[in-house]
Amino acid sequence: MSPPPRTAAPDPAARRSLHRARPRYGERVIQALLLLAALVSVATTAGIVISLIPPTAEFFGRVDVGEFIGGTEWTALFTKPEYGVLPLLGATLLITVIALLVAIPVGLGAAIYLSEYASTRVRKVLKPALEVLAGVPTVVYGFFALSFVTPLLQEHWPFGEGPDFNNALSAGLVMGVMIIPTIASLSEDAMAAVPDALRDGAYALGSGKRVVSVRVVVPAALSGIVAACVLGVSRAIGETMIVAIASGNRATLSFNPLDAMQTMTGFIAQAGSGDIPVRSFEYKTIFAVGALLFVITFVMNMISIRLVRKYREVYE
Amino acid sequence: MNHESAPDPATHRQDPVPDLAAQDASRGRSMALAIGDRRRGRPVPSLDDPVFHISDLDVWYADHQAVRDVTLTIGRRQITAMIGPSGCGKSTVIRCLNRMNDLIPGARVTGKVVYYGENLYDTEVDPIEVRRRIGMVFQKPNPFPKSIYDNIAYGPRVNGMKGNLDDLVEEALTGAALWDEVKGKLKANALALSGGQQQRLCIARAIAVRPEVILMDEPCSALDPIATARIEDLMAKLASEFTIVIVTHNMQQAARISDYTAFFTADVDSEGVRHGRLVEYDTTEKIFENPADPRTEGYITGRFG
Repeated sequence: MSPPPRTAAPDPAARRSLHRARPRYGERVIQALLLLAALVSVATTAGIVISLIPPTAEFFGRVDVGEFIGGTEWTALFTKPEYGVLPLLGATLLITVIALLVAIPVGLGAAIYLSEYASTRVRKVLKPALEVLAGVPTVVYGFFALSFVTPLLQEHWPFGEGPDFNNALSAGLVMGVMIIPTIASLSEDAMAAVPDALRDGAYALGSGKRVVSVRVVVPAALSGIVAACVLGVSRAIGETMIVAIASGNRATLSFNPLDAMQTMTGFIAQAGSGDIPVRSFEYKTIFAVGALLFVITFVMNMISIRLVRKYREVYE
Repeated sequence: MNHESAPDPATHRQDPVPDLAAQDASRGRSMALAIGDRRRGRPVPSLDDPVFHISDLDVWYADHQAVRDVTLTIGRRQITAMIGPSGCGKSTVIRCLNRMNDLIPGARVTGKVVYYGENLYDTEVDPIEVRRRIGMVFQKPNPFPKSIYDNIAYGPRVNGMKGNLDDLVEEALTGAALWDEVKGKLKANALALSGGQQQRLCIARAIAVRPEVILMDEPCSALDPIATARIEDLMAKLASEFTIVIVTHNMQQAARISDYTAFFTADVDSEGVRHGRLVEYDTTEKIFENPADPRTEGYITGRFG
């Protein structure tokens, strides 16, 4: 049997043109919708910034920036108002630090366990379970802090007088628990991305598991771990419900975690849910505090992005 | 080794096709010239002073038996090459020699790997101690994302070695023929080095913990010919101090550098299961010039695999 003749030249008349037969509208619609989706978050951020500017500018038209940043008295809603933001800022930082003291060691420990020690089966159960913790509404955490952790602390406080009914400590501790899944999950992702070749190299030099984890995997995953921690910080600074419920509504400049204190977010929630007239000056203070909050979280996120970029190409 | 007295390989081939025989003859001759090129005239070590005695080694990955029934003796300060087609189990066998297979989930080893009289797979044996004595260099250079200095210092540090760390680092880098190239930039990131330099760094890192044996799993497969030549040179130098086992896909390389060669192949048993087997183990000269098994001959002359 002879082979069939290869590619006979097709009849030019029968050939279809390479030109598009009809316009593909569907393609364009999809593209436009996807672009819109991408723009929503950008537009929202821009909108927030724009809406923050005029009231903030008005606020600083009456209150000196130095007085705002340096003042130690915050009585914005009182009849004799003082606009020193330090008590709010101090409370935010103190509670954030307490939260991180809980979340970073526990989260990192969980990540190392999941990535380096747990068997595949254990990891498959444990990691999603951990991530569920991130889905608990923060108002639940808030009441947990107020009605469970605070009484527990008051009852078992070993030295002197226990914490107040509202206090920074229980808010910080519970906030730390809330952030654990964020830090653990993202750090675990970063460690899992470390090539096995590095682990093999370390094992081949006579290292045990602990040494491989701490001296090879964690340093190699450092950018991701740091980014996870920075994200944790951002969440702690921005968290509102837990502090509004558990740490109180009194703006006091104190570094005693047993005291009640009000954070920046706590003030915004209190003022925003109250009956302040929209055109009043008190109302503008919300925006001033909000702008400061925005600047802080924005800077934190920039640091996080910078760190991730800096170390991204460390191994390949 | 005297190449003049080596029998002409052409006379040993009984190939039915004359054309092929002629090709084989020329191939064989060029190969013969390459045998031991980089051994620098070291005498072939004897197997009477064994470092490893592997017997009846079987390796499973989960339910699949990857390697069957390997028995092999490796002598002191000997360069042993393991060659064979893909899937023949040579990498699996070399990873048994320092218990790296322990790290693969589902891997199971039976049989014995006796190292200086001790079975590495005895329950009391500590794999970490095994790996400290038996170092390994991998296919792809895998320096840690740290400085050159810290890469070398890692092993001595984690093993709590005494002595001046700076001297140790210099000694290891000199041993790996890398010192002159990097002495001015020890604090630079190791990943900035070229591939060949990275691989020599990995060799330096391995010798920094003063192992007795160095295992190399296709150490040149990711390198260009010039970098490969430097590593081969280095291996010949290291053989005066260390016992070296190398897995290689490159037969010329095995012929050039090794004293003994083990040829593995992938067999299919009566139930259709593919598994690796050791076909032939002998001096490199014998394997390349006068193999006993037709499968070995077929492989080294390029007719299969």
